[in-house]
Amino acid sequence: MEYFLNEQQKTLKSLARRIAEERILPVRAELDEREEFPWGIMKDLAEADIFRIFIPEEYEGLGGGCFELCLAVEELSRVCSGVAVSYAASALGSFPLLEYGTEEQKQKYLPDIASGKRLAAFALTEPTAGSDASAIKTTAERVKGGYVINGTKQFITNGGEAEIYTVIALTDKARGARGASAFLVEKDTPGFSFGKKEKKMGIRASSTRELVFRNCLVPEENIIGKEGMGFIVTLRLLDRSRPGIGAQAVGLAQGALEAAVDYARKRIQFGHPIISLPVVQNMLADMATNVEAARALTYAVARTIDSGAKKFTEEAAMAKVFASDIAMKVTTDAVQIFGGVGYMRDYPIEKMMRDAKITQIYEGSNEVLRSTIAFELRKRKARQE
Amino acid sequence: MNIVVCLKQVPGTTKVNIDPQTNTLVRQGIKNIVNPFDTYALEEGVRIKERYGGKVTAISMGPPQAEEALREVISTGADEAILLSDSAFAGADTLATSHTLARAINKLKQYDIIICGRQTIDGDTGQVGPELAEMLGIPFVAYVSKIEEIDNGYMRVKRMVEDGHEVIETPLPTVITVVKEINVPRLPSLRGLAKARSAVIPIWTAQELGVDKNMVGLSGSATRVIRVFFPQRVHHGEILQGDLESQANSLINKLREAKIISGS
Amino acid sequence: MGIQIDLDKCVGCGECLSSCPFGLLEIIAEKVYLREGCTFCGACQEACDYQAILIEAAAEAPAAGDSYRGVWVFAEQRNGKLKSVAYELLSRGRQLADTLGTELCVICFGHGINEAQQLIAYGADKVYLMDAPALSSNQDDLYTKGLVELIEKYKPEIVVAGATSLGRSFIPRVAAILKTGLTADCTGLEIDPETGLLLQTRPTFGGNIMATIICQTKRPQMSTVRPRVFKKGTPDGRRKGQVIRVDFNKQRITSRTKLLSFIDDITEAVKLEDANIIVSGGRGVGKAENFQLLEELAGVMGAALGSSRPPVDDGWVSYSHQVGQTGKTVCPKLYIACGISGAVQHLAGMQTSEAIVAINDDPNAPIFDVATYGIVGDLFKVVPMLIEKLKND
Repeated sequence: MEYFLNEQQKTLKSLARRIAEERILPVRAELDEREEFPWGIMKDLAEADIFRIFIPEEYEGLGGGCFELCLAVEELSRVCSGVAVSYAASALGSFPLLEYGTEEQKQKYLPDIASGKRLAAFALTEPTAGSDASAIKTTAERVKGGYVINGTKQFITNGGEAEIYTVIALTDKARGARGASAFLVEKDTPGFSFGKKEKKMGIRASSTRELVFRNCLVPEENIIGKEGMGFIVTLRLLDRSRPGIGAQAVGLAQGALEAAVDYARKRIQFGHPIISLPVVQNMLADMATNVEAARALTYAVARTIDSGAKKFTEEAAMAKVFASDIAMKVTTDAVQIFGGVGYMRDYPIEKMMRDAKITQIYEGSNEVLRSTIAFELRKRKARQE
Repeated sequence: MNIVVCLKQVPGTTKVNIDPQTNTLVRQGIKNIVNPFDTYALEEGVRIKERYGGKVTAISMGPPQAEEALREVISTGADEAILLSDSAFAGADTLATSHTLARAINKLKQYDIIICGRQTIDGDTGQVGPELAEMLGIPFVAYVSKIEEIDNGYMRVKRMVEDGHEVIETPLPTVITVVKEINVPRLPSLRGLAKARSAVIPIWTAQELGVDKNMVGLSGSATRVIRVFFPQRVHHGEILQGDLESQANSLINKLREAKIISGS
Repeated sequence: MGIQIDLDKCVGCGECLSSCPFGLLEIIAEKVYLREGCTFCGACQEACDYQAILIEAAAEAPAAGDSYRGVWVFAEQRNGKLKSVAYELLSRGRQLADTLGTELCVICFGHGINEAQQLIAYGADKVYLMDAPALSSNQDDLYTKGLVELIEKYKPEIVVAGATSLGRSFIPRVAAILKTGLTADCTGLEIDPETGLLLQTRPTFGGNIMATIICQTKRPQMSTVRPRVFKKGTPDGRRKGQVIRVDFNKQRITSRTKLLSFIDDITEAVKLEDANIIVSGGRGVGKAENFQLLEELAGVMGAALGSSRPPVDDGWVSYSHQVGQTGKTVCPKLYIACGISGAVQHLAGMQTSEAIVAINDDPNAPIFDVATYGIVGDLFKVVPMLIEKLKND
């Protein structure tokens, strides 16, 4: 379907695809098998200016928006979701700075993120605080010259590999959610260490780690925005990044769909390729329809965000929920179409099914997001009356 | 450091199809590419620029569509590109090609290192690099697999020979040809692609180069192709039959009978 | 020199289209047009029944040929010992010289070379020997200047050298200085009976197309030839010839480049070029570890290990094993190609082997077209069987 890309967007999409096919495809199975962070590919992406697309020109970026980010993420994810999310998480980690950072903070950190020299990450989740984000326990105590952070963050994407972390911690425990603030913490800051690397079902090329803060002192100029803005920063960031997860899911589903069509055309059973069976045709038709619908929704939301819309919580949630749910279904159906060989690790399709699951869980589980959407529906109706 | 990279646009496949009825080449649908060995040359030029500072100029002699090849190398790091194109240049052998390139490089005035790929995938001669060096009157090193250092008007390189490697020191300016072991060419960057799209690529004609028409193109060629043909492959061989075990046995026996290998 | 299509005479029959070996002719609005790249070979002119194609011959310069006589072979050495290719070219050179009724000379640069008499036994009438310590390592600059001086002094009509890394590096420079034609990587050298010109045949497009080339007016006519293309002849100890020592004048001939060191990093036990039997692997071998199987077969047969380009590109074996267009040319008694599809670029390096065995599970692989014996099957089953049988017998 035509999405009316301009010249730069077309160039970006084709370059991202080229990187995916020439650099990621040959190594994706090995990265998954060895659970190895794709530093080589991060370097290729950096050299090709792919990290610049989500940074404004005044900070050495190319000034693209959510749409461009989705284009890149979709193409990378079509080949390997684990690599795509490592790239996307760096974008996610830079959003707090982009939205709420001071000029000094932006000048200090954004150029390195744009050049791909340093990766970023965002740290909210804790053992006691998943969907219930306000239940975080990490504290940031005001001291002379800065804040001392204590606590543990869990399941942080790019944990251990990134050098620039946005950490949400409580500066005022009494005020609950309104007592949280956002801080920039650099790797190698004394008191900041990492827990073990998690062993995951999927996106195994991505590094997921615990962040451990023990009396970690960060200078006062590292607070993002003001004290108490922690959750505003968080909610804004998540709204903005959800289409990216949508794009990750769309790309993943697209890769699985293409593989399934290819296989169905070649696999001969009962004297004919299985694609000639109506049952397979129906599956593929539904898969393709869902992928296109998810894509259309994701990019429509991306355009809305880029047009300067003030509020897009509901739409962003819809894109993420829909795309991730269909990705799970499409990849599962793809394995089904592959049949026995689809179950074998020698074939790339089972990895795609394993990679899909997390898209329904992270960045706001689909259950939480559904309740967010429902809440928006109620609110709107209530306002009308 | 003024770096010049010479490149050629070639057909994208050497698997040129043969029309079985007419026994001639089918060229339709074959897209053009930068000669693969030249992409290594360009990458090395860009790496030298990144390490020592300077400028990379890409030059190609070819028909007007060779401009695409030059734009492609701008997207992967060349600072500027020049196309040498004129009907007078057509039909050139390596001698005439080298002469034309040498005139163009002399027109640039400043050059420290000239890099070529080891050979093209259509001509396969590998002659332009050394002939060019001679016409410019500067030293030449072939099959460079690593540039170790550039310092004080000298360059130290490692180059491949059949039975190992040689480490050679050459004064600048110099011409080198490179092998694919030297590097992994980078992908284009977004800024490079934008630059390539809007780049102005000057076209230098025979008149602008001030060449003597008898020294370029077919007139300037010492060699001429008088015949092309397709290698006849007469199949004398035998595909063995039977299950694999008996084929393996049969093979050994046949080789022994023909005294190709020794044995009982 | 020019080519023109007379659009008045052209009826658009299209006969010429299929005659052009480069596919440069096309029909637009029922007339024929020519794209760039014409080499004036004349095939289209011949094919046209309407005389619509005109090729103007260049004003032929008087042939410089007459004052140039003799066939020369440049003999390459390493550490005082001449390479086999020198003798291979010598044998072919002798045949060319005999056809022309002229003398065959061998040019030898190096240090500590004592094979001059042997060269004569293999067919040389004269050996020009320049022996000096400075020449012991193959320095391009010294060789270039040395050879140019000798050619300018003695004016041979033909000069042939091995297309080795040295040959391909300095011979073009000699040709450029002399402003003469050079044809690289020849697989065939003949004398045209009518013109007495050297007909040089070589592969282009990776070996998909052969071209025959002449150097009409410039002299000498120069060619490089790959090792193993021609066969070494048999020596005749009774042959007589002259050995002429040429002085190496250090002051006049200097090298701008300096050889700092030579790194001998050939890992294989049996050198590929000298091996009688080569066991070679291609993409079908699958991964680096699997080459051990081929090494085992090679060990049992006393063979060298070869490879097509993909395994080298992927780092499964080192470049010194690569056979093909950008690797080595080999001509063993037996070449066993395992999991090699037989792309032209690979064939270019091994198709003159005396016997070729191909093992590939794709019955359509082009390698079977050149194989003496072909086994269509899984190499991981066949190779162990071969090893078993060779060990037990």
